[in-house]
Amino acid sequence: MTVIQKKAVNPIAHLSAEDIETLGKELDAIRERVIADRGERDAAYIRKVISTQRKLEVGSRVVLLFSLFPPAWIVGTAGLSLAKILENMEIGHNILHGQWDWMRDPKIHSTTWEWDHVSPAEQWKQSHNELHHRYTNVVGKDNDLGYGIMRVDEDQPWHPAHLGQPFYNFVNACFFEYGIAAYDLELREKLKDGSLKNDPQFRANLKATGRKLRRQILKDYVLFPVLSGPSFFHTMAANFTANLIRNLWSHAVIMCGHFPEGVETFEKTSIEGETRGEWYLRQMLGSANISGSRLMHIMTGNLSYQIEHHLFPDLPSNRYQEIAPEVRALFDKYGLKYVTGSLPRQVFSAWKKIFRLSLPNRRRPGVVEENPTPALVPAGT
Amino acid sequence: MTATVPPPGAKGSLRRRLWRLAETVTTPVLPADYLDMVAPLRAGADLRGRILAVRPETPDAATVVIQPGRSWRGHVPGQYIRLGVDVDGVRLWRAYSVTSAPGGRTDPITVTVKAIPDGVVSNYLVRRVRPGTIVQLDQAIGDFVLPQSAPSRVLFLTAGSGITPVAGMLRSGALAGSDVVLIHSAPTSADVVFGAELRDLAARGVIRLVERHTAVDGLLDVAELDTLVPDHCERETWACGPIGLLDAVEQHWAARGATDRLHTERFRPTIITAGDGGTVTFTRSSVTIEADGGTPLLDAGENAGVLMPSGCRMGICFGCVLPMRQGAVRDLRNGQLTTALPGDGVRVQTCVSAAAGACELEI
Repeated sequence: MTVIQKKAVNPIAHLSAEDIETLGKELDAIRERVIADRGERDAAYIRKVISTQRKLEVGSRVVLLFSLFPPAWIVGTAGLSLAKILENMEIGHNILHGQWDWMRDPKIHSTTWEWDHVSPAEQWKQSHNELHHRYTNVVGKDNDLGYGIMRVDEDQPWHPAHLGQPFYNFVNACFFEYGIAAYDLELREKLKDGSLKNDPQFRANLKATGRKLRRQILKDYVLFPVLSGPSFFHTMAANFTANLIRNLWSHAVIMCGHFPEGVETFEKTSIEGETRGEWYLRQMLGSANISGSRLMHIMTGNLSYQIEHHLFPDLPSNRYQEIAPEVRALFDKYGLKYVTGSLPRQVFSAWKKIFRLSLPNRRRPGVVEENPTPALVPAGT
Repeated sequence: MTATVPPPGAKGSLRRRLWRLAETVTTPVLPADYLDMVAPLRAGADLRGRILAVRPETPDAATVVIQPGRSWRGHVPGQYIRLGVDVDGVRLWRAYSVTSAPGGRTDPITVTVKAIPDGVVSNYLVRRVRPGTIVQLDQAIGDFVLPQSAPSRVLFLTAGSGITPVAGMLRSGALAGSDVVLIHSAPTSADVVFGAELRDLAARGVIRLVERHTAVDGLLDVAELDTLVPDHCERETWACGPIGLLDAVEQHWAARGATDRLHTERFRPTIITAGDGGTVTFTRSSVTIEADGGTPLLDAGENAGVLMPSGCRMGICFGCVLPMRQGAVRDLRNGQLTTALPGDGVRVQTCVSAAAGACELEI
């Protein structure tokens, strides 16, 4: 059924079709319970996060008007970095998932929200919600597996260009939002097949991204520096730094979601006629969490609960932490590996994989590794 | 919010240019989004109001005093406003007659709400809402109003919360000098909204009040009007109450050839009965189809040739979300019902929703 079945020890071989459907029903029950209980407390939460973010952003930008003074530069840059991270992760990402659509507030809705990112919300929703969340970790379908520039799974064919992937990954981390914008445009694919000029949809998307890019650059690198007067270059540098920090942070968090060791991948044919239970199971095996403090979870947009997020992408993010123990109990009950670890550990694990897979596979697929631990053997080793 | 909406009230090119500049500074949100945090009631903002007080009227009715924002354009007695409140985190809109007399644009207004059984919004407003709460408002609308010059003889025929638009007219003082009769039905004396005030008006001879306590005396029969108010067909009449009463009144006045002197106000029926499947209208595409209760609206629309936006087709990507103008749909995953009335601003995921009654989708 999946790439994981090529493995010496299949981590789901012990589950019958019935088990998988029962598992699906148990997960459905968790979702229903949260939906029935969703209410004022959740609405107050997102409004508070939005208002905190806006105050932090305004405060930081005001401080940066005087960025000529080193303490102002440091405080303003730190505040703006935090504000930008909050805006993209806990607010933008989650609103664009439709997590808050149930509030019927037109100001906080997936169809009206725009975020502080060069990729227009509309395009990001399409590539992220529709492709990545639907085809999670399906090799050849989910382009988030290496973003089309890297090899992050043994089952992806090796090419000499992959030798440079640690370097690409670093550059991508620094300019992550531009990478995402190009990725959402499917720029690489369009360049490859030469459909750049004659695809009207692509041209419309390109125009929208261009518009968004202009506005973003104008704000951070022209208007606020101009408003800062003598602090022009300092504010420009501060804004660049804040964007860089936001990029590095979100790249690190997102890398931890699907690249660490222990996360499974799947074959294209495995999802034909996939049931609800099987879809859930794929999300469980295809995602990894990050452990840490409450603040860390908020700063990751609760993507540190990547497993819970992938199971229920439209539940309010503040609920992931609450349901995590129940979800984990289901992993134990069904004998599945809940992949989680601290941020440094998971980042290291993901980077290790990127370095390792920049070289061709050392062993032929299907060969048994010494001491195989089921869910820890990456696909195809 | 994307900066595409022109700011309300921006006049003159300098002001417009400054506003544009502000938008480029605040992008991707709007300057208004920041201003709303500190001054939600300012001029130029979306119309909102702050609840100042909630005064009980009867055991199940209360008057809500609202300070409208600076964008408020005032009302004519008898008109209603749409009120949007967040109940359990969900924004819900309902229409209520303005019961206060018209004042200055910065004066508070009142609406009087009767809690109906299982009424989510009415029970929230009567029993739970706290002063200080910000609510969403729409400008006053409705043509259930008095003419410019007050008629000399007037009949008001009301029942239950049907007294609310009439209260606004009586309080406005526009009927001073007119001969006014009010026939009002309520289950008991204690259930009469504004009972004390109406009785006081009657005692002072401003109106003639006929109270009908239906729990004791039964529902009012229009035939009784001949004895209660013999000249009722010659009076300019405003009637407001349950549909049964209004239907009977309209027939009666039509039979007497006095329809042009009758004005009725039907409160929107707020209950949409949900069924299984129904007629689906795709408003902008001018396509109407019959859909069964098991077919996702997305499939139904596509089969009818409507250019539907779509995505994952399994309820996770929100790429297929469309505004539902009105109607009822059922979530195919869990059977949950979603109903909408015009103005509610409800959006539905078409890939996992099926018709549960007639519905209109904006596409």
